[in-house]
Amino acid sequence: MIRFKSSLLAPATLALMLTGGAVALAADAPVEQPKPERQSWSFYGPFGQFDQAQLQRGFQVYKEVCSSCHRLSIPFRMLEDANGPGYSEAQVKTLAASYQVVNDDPNEKGEIFKRPGTPADIFPPPDSFPNDEAAAASFGKAPPDMWLLAKARKYERGFPNFVFDIFDAYQEIGADYIYAILTGYTKPEDTQWNLYYPGHRIAMPAPLQDGQVKYTDGTAPTVSNYAKDIAAFLSWAAEPTQTERKKIGLRAMIFLIVFAGLMYFTKKRIWADLH
Amino acid sequence: MSGPSTYVPKSALGRWFESRLPIMGLMHSSFVAYPVPRNLNYFWTFGAILSFMLIAQIVTGIVLAMHYVPSATMAFQSVEHIMRDVNFGWLLRYLHSNGASMFFLAVYIHIFRGMYYGSYKAPREVLWILGVIIYLLMMATAFMGYVLPWGSMSFAGATVITNLFTAIPLVGVSVSHWLWGGYAVGDPTLNRFFALHYLLPFMIVGVVGLHVWALHVVGQNNPDGVEVKDVERDTVAFTPYATIKDMFALSVFLILYAWFVFFIPNYLLDADNSVIANPLVTPAHIVPEWYLLPFYAILRAIPNKLVGVVALFAAIALLAFLPWLDTSAVKSGKYRPLFRFFFWIFVVCCVGLGYLGSQEVTEGATLMARIFSVGYFGYLVVALPVLGLIEKTKPAPPSIADAVLAKSGVAH
Amino acid sequence: MSSAAIETPSRRDFLFIATGAVAVVGVGSVVWPLVDQMNPDASTLALASIEVDLGAIPEGQIVTVKWRGGPVFIRHRTKKEIDEAVNAPLSDLKDPQTDADRVKKPEWLIVVGICTHLGCVPLGHEGPFDGWKCPCHGSIYDTSGRIRSGPAPLNLPVPEYTFVSDTKVKIG
Repeated sequence: MIRFKSSLLAPATLALMLTGGAVALAADAPVEQPKPERQSWSFYGPFGQFDQAQLQRGFQVYKEVCSSCHRLSIPFRMLEDANGPGYSEAQVKTLAASYQVVNDDPNEKGEIFKRPGTPADIFPPPDSFPNDEAAAASFGKAPPDMWLLAKARKYERGFPNFVFDIFDAYQEIGADYIYAILTGYTKPEDTQWNLYYPGHRIAMPAPLQDGQVKYTDGTAPTVSNYAKDIAAFLSWAAEPTQTERKKIGLRAMIFLIVFAGLMYFTKKRIWADLH
Repeated sequence: MSGPSTYVPKSALGRWFESRLPIMGLMHSSFVAYPVPRNLNYFWTFGAILSFMLIAQIVTGIVLAMHYVPSATMAFQSVEHIMRDVNFGWLLRYLHSNGASMFFLAVYIHIFRGMYYGSYKAPREVLWILGVIIYLLMMATAFMGYVLPWGSMSFAGATVITNLFTAIPLVGVSVSHWLWGGYAVGDPTLNRFFALHYLLPFMIVGVVGLHVWALHVVGQNNPDGVEVKDVERDTVAFTPYATIKDMFALSVFLILYAWFVFFIPNYLLDADNSVIANPLVTPAHIVPEWYLLPFYAILRAIPNKLVGVVALFAAIALLAFLPWLDTSAVKSGKYRPLFRFFFWIFVVCCVGLGYLGSQEVTEGATLMARIFSVGYFGYLVVALPVLGLIEKTKPAPPSIADAVLAKSGVAH
Repeated sequence: MSSAAIETPSRRDFLFIATGAVAVVGVGSVVWPLVDQMNPDASTLALASIEVDLGAIPEGQIVTVKWRGGPVFIRHRTKKEIDEAVNAPLSDLKDPQTDADRVKKPEWLIVVGICTHLGCVPLGHEGPFDGWKCPCHGSIYDTSGRIRSGPAPLNLPVPEYTFVSDTKVKIG
């Protein structure tokens, strides 16, 4: 049995090295395309949680900058999430009421009408772009809905990183990508050139400038901070249940390890009768 | 399932019932008294793990179906609704989506175990073929399940797989229109995939029933590949010995499963599937789920459409003929040194194809995929038949009891 | 292997009981999510209250609005209807309740429009008491939504509501 196990690893590693090597040799090097770097996030790993102040700043960036072109299809009520931005019920009510949303049913005259939003409503699309086609007409490409953006963006991790990621519990690929893109406008003369965007031509012109959003909590108003805060906010928006998931997960893990330990000894006792 | 039962219920009511429907006796002889070779190693616990995964997938799937909406306009939103609003919806969905991967991980270990120890050989040919059928049904179920969230990778996957059928000469295009219920993958396709995704698992349950039945008729193979000669000396009772061992293995397996579900639930999920399906745009780099990658690599390695599709299906179908392709009289790889060498090359080919299937097509990658494909088919149709004729095998122990004694003798 | 043989039975039993107990706890905690997923979800709970504009309802009319997936009757009662409701002797009622207990403003009656017999929706302005009559099994309600005759056991329930302004009411 021991031989079986040790011989299992060697050929598998060999195979990956062989194929990896062949692929690397054959790939011709196009324009230099650096991979996004890993940032440190408060919500990384099994114990990670969102930083409420950061999410509130991120929402501020969304509201003041991104929302002019990007939709965010989450209901207002989600902003009350205690594991997320944690706004009060009253704050969310006021915020919702400041938006005009299309009512589901027509009024008694049969007209479709708009009314002030309620917490149960979903953020309406940006005023300038009521639909994707209108947005595409101005930018050549529709600005994507941001509710799932942090889950919908990735970069290739490559071998062997994708193996390490399993043990490392690295799930912040999307956040790192968003941060990299927002800080990747490194040619001031060309606002649609991005260091990290595949092929470097990006439809979105550099959206953030230093000092553009006024933070009230003393955080430095830099592009880097904006990028980090919005990336964190979008990570929450894409998967608001992840804090609950990790909390339950920790309990489940402890339970399973204890249970497996008990099963091990129970199995040993029962089989001991046999000899 | 293993012959007439000697089970006699203790209570009078039990005996009254048993004489009318001997189900307790059936359960007793199948899952309590059933004799199991005493030399089984932990690779034999995956049958129980797979049974558990099948039930887990069905249970989580049924509750997810209570919230999912199978329509092109609503499917994507309904999945996000499950993730965000439904009580424990995220847990159920992650259990189900990662459960599919865990199910395949377990089934691959189960299959390779069978191939290494010659579990497909007489008298277990039917048992093996039933297993291949289960594997096929699993792939079909997983594929259709992957389409349901209606992300852009779901759509691309559905398009590519159903387009395989256009390779059929003459009727191919009509067949694909029939599969789609239209001229492309769309609402009717999604609806029928949902219906079939709900149906197929129950067909799997049926075939698993036959698989277990066949197993209990011929008995388990074992690491030494010698048949049970003396039930008293060679075997132990299924309960408690095998059940407790299976449950221990399962609890360890669940730790891995829980790690994925709670801490890296999106590791195996392609980011493109968080983008809603758009029939006008295909994602830049489409890949199937990891468990289908080797077959995908075989498909891409072949420049001709029809030949590629045939090779893809042949790669799976050939497995059913394994009992007759392997000509050796010795079952277990433990006593076949030359076989073992080729077996590991075969494993390397499968892993290599899997890796290449996930990579973008380059000249080097295609060349490697071709080499590995030759290795894959070469093992099945050349190495196995020839090895049986030329290989000089090591002597297998005369009985299971002897094998166990020899092993514990070494240990002391 | 020999160590197990000399072990006392009680230590073995303890191990088995502990393992079994932990297994039971595990199964229990898996069952709860499977049950709880059928409870009303967050998006449903968010819609648990609605606001209705009363300005558009003329005297004598009943408007049916949808609240929590079912009908709510909002009745702008006339003077005559209010008097009928107030003057009905409590001894005549199957489920005695004064009209004052059922309304916040006498001209507005707000009740859940589901018959307390088996859940049908009663028809307005019908029956001998000018209230409602259930089409299913003939239960008769008065102008306060109280059961007067027929198989229904209870009055039409009054939902939780508040007047946000003179012409606006929030139900739920």
